[in-house]
Amino acid sequence: MKKLDRNQMAARVARDIPEGSYVNLGIGLPTLVADHLPKGREIILHSENGVLGIGPKPAPGAEDEDLINAGKEPVTLLAGGAYFHHADSFAMIRGRHLDVAVLGAFQVSVAGDLANWHTGGADAIPAVGGAMDLAMGAKQVLVMMEHLTKKGESKIVQRCSYPLTGARCVDRIYTDLAIIDVKPDGLHVVEMVEGLSFDELQRLTGVPLKRLATAA
Amino acid sequence: MFDKTFASPEAALADIPDGATIMIGGFGNAGMPAALIDALIAQGARELTIVNNNAGNADTGLAALIAAKRVRKILCSFPRQADSWHFDRAYRAGEIQLELVPQGTLAERIRAAGAGIGAFYTPTGFGTLLAEGKETRRIGDRDHVLEYPVHADYALIKADRADRWGNLVYRKTARNFAPIMASAARCTVVQVREIVALGALDPEAVVTPGIFVKRVVRIGSSLRKAA
Repeated sequence: MKKLDRNQMAARVARDIPEGSYVNLGIGLPTLVADHLPKGREIILHSENGVLGIGPKPAPGAEDEDLINAGKEPVTLLAGGAYFHHADSFAMIRGRHLDVAVLGAFQVSVAGDLANWHTGGADAIPAVGGAMDLAMGAKQVLVMMEHLTKKGESKIVQRCSYPLTGARCVDRIYTDLAIIDVKPDGLHVVEMVEGLSFDELQRLTGVPLKRLATAA
Repeated sequence: MFDKTFASPEAALADIPDGATIMIGGFGNAGMPAALIDALIAQGARELTIVNNNAGNADTGLAALIAAKRVRKILCSFPRQADSWHFDRAYRAGEIQLELVPQGTLAERIRAAGAGIGAFYTPTGFGTLLAEGKETRRIGDRDHVLEYPVHADYALIKADRADRWGNLVYRKTARNFAPIMASAARCTVVQVREIVALGALDPEAVVTPGIFVKRVVRIGSSLRKAA
């Protein structure tokens, strides 16, 4: 089978984001989606710290300390972009104005529960940022993650063992092996990578999957 | 003449007592009022409760305040970062209490304080560790968590330009928490790059009206030159 690499995953997510969407890309893997948005499609990127209309990375030497994204990386502003304060920024999220949030995850459950902020380890210092607001507020929550942990365990689980970010909030999961929709009646496989059979995906995933007619 | 300008950060912060609750603006380094924090460290107030999105980066600003052991408690959304070593050490040593708050809930708790709201229900955090022990209510088809406002004695923020009445405009994403913190504190102190004459700020574009601001100090640009 041909597993997708990080950039291929990002490109696959980017392909599904329609023109005119207001989109928040989470820290880490989801940030890569920005580099793969189809040229000519106007998509407006939001960042929690108070900006809409994020443009490409600045050229080396042209960074501005006052213009950063939620990952604290330097960014640029497109013509038409806007700045606003934090309460407005989260009104956009919590108030259901944001069309899409793309988030990383440790685990997603069959019910669409998301765990992505805290391992719960005794020595771990927890940090949550805007993850819980995005999980509850975005009209559509897309998760982007590797299908398996480094130990080969499925990150799609019956019940999350890590502390939850939000319950029943995930709409679709993009992994390096498949695209899976979370629906009230279970997980529906929408797409699989080349050379992967449904039976093999089912064996790796562990929780029951449904096969869509369109998925080979 | 009604004039909120102060000659120095030291003069503007002289009356902060031990045990004060202080909001500090900024998201990482963007909008962090570094000169005011340096003056707060020199001023010596202890046992502070700090409200900020983070818990300090590297060795300056809020991180230096924590390193100087002035902070008893911090409310924030994202303490753990690659360069939050001063907080990490103090937290693991049990020297500092942490109240972790989802970022949007933190912003709204600050806004609510400034707007005189008694409490509010939010769907954020329902069913998670961060809502444990809190009142909940089902409103419509969603479960919500009851959250209370966060008030402060002082807010230390950074803006780009001010006039002597305390009207403020900001620069890019350095705005972040500053406008809501300005409204939520009993005494808001602002460091600005420039103080301009009354009327020089476009009244249609004033972001923080002066009613929310008590003291203004001109520091000049603290922007690091691009590498």
